[in-house]
Amino acid sequence: MSGLFELLLRSVFLDNLALSFFLGMCTFLAVSKRVDTAFGVGLAVLVVQTVTVPVNNLIYTWLLAPGALDWAGLGDLDLSFLRLIAFIGVIAAMVQVLEMTLEFHLPPLHRAMGIFLPLITVNCAILGGSLFMVERSYGFAESVVYGFGTGLGWALAIVMFAAIRERLKYADIPDGLQGLGMNFIVAGIMSLGFMAFAGTG
Amino acid sequence: MQDNNWRILTRPLIDDNPLTLQILGICSALAVTTSLDTALLMSLVVVCVLAISSAVISLIRRQLPHSVRIIVQITVIATLVIVVDQLLQAYAYELSKRLSVFVGLIITNCIVLGRAEGFAMRNGVIPSMLDGIGNGLGYSLILVTVGAIREFFGKGSLLNVQILLPTSQGGGFEPLQLMLLPPSAFFIIGGIIWLIRRRNPEQVEKPDFSLRVEQREAK
Repeated sequence: MSGLFELLLRSVFLDNLALSFFLGMCTFLAVSKRVDTAFGVGLAVLVVQTVTVPVNNLIYTWLLAPGALDWAGLGDLDLSFLRLIAFIGVIAAMVQVLEMTLEFHLPPLHRAMGIFLPLITVNCAILGGSLFMVERSYGFAESVVYGFGTGLGWALAIVMFAAIRERLKYADIPDGLQGLGMNFIVAGIMSLGFMAFAGTG
Repeated sequence: MQDNNWRILTRPLIDDNPLTLQILGICSALAVTTSLDTALLMSLVVVCVLAISSAVISLIRRQLPHSVRIIVQITVIATLVIVVDQLLQAYAYELSKRLSVFVGLIITNCIVLGRAEGFAMRNGVIPSMLDGIGNGLGYSLILVTVGAIREFFGKGSLLNVQILLPTSQGGGFEPLQLMLLPPSAFFIIGGIIWLIRRRNPEQVEKPDFSLRVEQREAK
């Protein structure tokens, strides 16, 4: 149990997908002008990540991993090279299903996420999460925790980043650094802050 | 025509760089730049995938129904990436282990889909391929620069050849640990963007709100 808790803390802070693996950077920089939109994207990533990582984990262990098809009498088959295409398919399908479910059952949440939900499909943080899950060979329970943790970490990072950017509008920044340049520097400083959790692991 | 093709190839290098101006493909790029050799390998992979995917998508652009084009594009890109991934595991196993998941992440690298959608869907095969190569090279330029800076200051070496001897081995160079950590990549890219925009002032973004009185009056 304590192992899972440690994994949760680790995936939220130290292994933060946005700030220490640079995943989902495009979305991170593009939709962080205002805190409320950032919150919408963060929420969408959190939900999709929590669902897709465990689902991909099941698919990988029961269908794709070397020897996984033992239950069907095809033990010597290794389909792991198909994982990229399978994961992308799962993510796209999940996003679609999630969008329809939310629209039907939770319209306010659906409105809050808005256009960002479909865009999640091409967010590298989602695919990255699934690939890291395979690379570190997490079990099912761990993958649930890891999916939730990385999603939460990403959402936390983008909301904080958007808050800083809102304040930065009133700062006097040198011309060449205005906009994108400054965003990188701010992200760098935030990343330094998250590195400080390194000692807690 | 010759001139036009040359321009398509060279424009994305600095003036229309995918990383610093179009904000494409930052995602899977920065984590592989802790040393020069992984940066070079990643660049090579991205240039190949980008050139081939642009050419293929440009080839089938007239047969492609508008409504399913994204799925087809993703499939083409994913197939190429899987081939590259398998090749790397066969011939450069050590390096492919160090690139870890980032080869797979080329699929969701916005640069590939962005160029397919933005250029290859509307242009012929040769220009599309050149555009792919050009954008790939522009991306590589930044990646290799960042990789070289980080490896040189972080370890005192380039391509694993020790240039400055660190103090731990009796030399006079103290490795800068920060360079091996993620924040340094952000800082270096921010700096590169600043340099490029000093050179091309028309790329400077207008501030939403200006503090300086003379600027506000000039508007």
